[in-house]
Amino acid sequence: MKNPRTPSAASRVLLTAGLAVAAVYFLFPVYWLVIAATKSTGDLFGSSGLSLSNPQLLTNIRNVFEYNGSIFFRWVGNSLLYSGVGALVATVVSIAAGYCLAKFTFRGRDALFNIFLAGVMIPGTALALPLFLLMSEIGLVNTYWAVLLPSVISPFGAYLGRIYASAAVPDSLLEAARLDGAGEFRIFFTIVLRLMTPAAVTVFLFQFIGIWNNYFLPLVMLSDPDRYPLTLGLVSWQSVSDRHPELYQMTIGGALLSSVPLMIAIVSLQRFWRAGLTEGSVKG
Amino acid sequence: MRGRRLAILGLLGPFTALFAATIALPIGFALYESVTAIERSGPLGRGTTSTVFVGLEHYATALSDPAFTASLWRVVLFALVQVPVMIVLATTLALMLDAASARGVKFFRSVYFLPYGIPGVIASLLWGFLYTPGLSPVLDVASWFGLNIDFLGASSILWSIANIVTWQFAGYNMLVIVAQLKSIDGDLFEAAEIDGASAWQIITRIKLPLIRPAIVLTTVFTIIGTIQLFGEPLILRPLTGSITSTYTPNLAAYNEAFANNNYNLAAAESVLLALVACVFSFAFLKLVNRSGK
Repeated sequence: MKNPRTPSAASRVLLTAGLAVAAVYFLFPVYWLVIAATKSTGDLFGSSGLSLSNPQLLTNIRNVFEYNGSIFFRWVGNSLLYSGVGALVATVVSIAAGYCLAKFTFRGRDALFNIFLAGVMIPGTALALPLFLLMSEIGLVNTYWAVLLPSVISPFGAYLGRIYASAAVPDSLLEAARLDGAGEFRIFFTIVLRLMTPAAVTVFLFQFIGIWNNYFLPLVMLSDPDRYPLTLGLVSWQSVSDRHPELYQMTIGGALLSSVPLMIAIVSLQRFWRAGLTEGSVKG
Repeated sequence: MRGRRLAILGLLGPFTALFAATIALPIGFALYESVTAIERSGPLGRGTTSTVFVGLEHYATALSDPAFTASLWRVVLFALVQVPVMIVLATTLALMLDAASARGVKFFRSVYFLPYGIPGVIASLLWGFLYTPGLSPVLDVASWFGLNIDFLGASSILWSIANIVTWQFAGYNMLVIVAQLKSIDGDLFEAAEIDGASAWQIITRIKLPLIRPAIVLTTVFTIIGTIQLFGEPLILRPLTGSITSTYTPNLAAYNEAFANNNYNLAAAESVLLALVACVFSFAFLKLVNRSGK
């Protein structure tokens, strides 16, 4: 879609200037992070934060990697495990539920859907404390399960899945497959999942970022640093850095290392976010 | 049709079971915890323990604690400022991108969306450094002009937190609005143009009404998000004396549970917080539905 109106030169300059000012605001902390990550602990405090001073990025990165028996890699692995497995299971389970709610009629269907929808509105942190108490009842506190189990559910995914399935999965195709004698599960895994891929990708991305960025749940559940995700690990470095000044540099280096891949992914996968949002949440 | 039943069970069963276990059950458990207490009998409370029903006692305790009610008012004030700022900024950015020529739009959109990829706690760490005297280039530059800004003072810290939240989520909210703007039929603008509508009229009479669902959606999620404020103040706490252990209701509940081991009171505080989030979300939706057509 293109705007038919061609704005005057003056308003075009004004518009671009406005967009640029906003861009400076959003980029500035990232710029500072990149510059700060190259400095020694001394220069971090002793030189201007806006310009390079004796850059030693590789040394800093090696320090982050090697500190405390390379625990950084362990945290990266944990974060990938929580986010990857959590998002994958959540996507399949909620897309299946959304498809079922869209294409099968049964008693209580709408009531069930409304209950799931209410789940989207529940503040996540309000659940973390009672979840902790439940997990401690069954002895799962401070295990991988304590973070994984609450991560494999996405009410938003079921909601998006239902809307998407109604629009993208034709009834005639399902009927034809049934006449050919295909079982319902085969239909779901071979036909429906493929048709619903755009919605599934959107759900996966949202869930992945949601788990990756989550802090409250792992904070409440985990006490063993070996099971920490990145967020918790970096904060544990920051919280003792007033006693161990070298950890300032570690925290900054770790923050850069953990943000860059995610920022690249976020930006390059933008069209998937938009695709899912246009199809789903906004139309609903 | 046995096969159909089995299919429904297989497709919907896992989600329903997980929903029950990780969302419905914890809510029920929190409600139960919030109306019971653990009573210890015997000398020095070292005998057997038993759970007793205490009604709304914990709610009364929470609401009569000035620190907790202050934290509730603080997040309400925070939301009243934060939500409009966030939504106006996100809508403005989306409309500006929509009006700009094709070149550069993709770059700017990516830049605005970028912070969403940075975990909230890392964003807080980052801004924490930018608020710290001696580390922050912002403060350095301000001091050249003789300005003495205190980002971490008692009167400014709440708005320094608001800045972090805005920085992180404005681009995400913008993207939701952009998605809806893209779905508007371009012919509509052409028709308005031919009828002599100005650019401003096209924005206020066509675009804004049509992106209303996206604005409503982002507003509700922003309300729910801001009321839950937790990570940002927790991360900034070591940097300033202005953030107490009960600065926000979530911090208070966390503190009650893990520092004071009073899970029952913590549960009551969590329930109260969820109620506040619900009341605000529904009040907003009601307001929107009444004024809308």
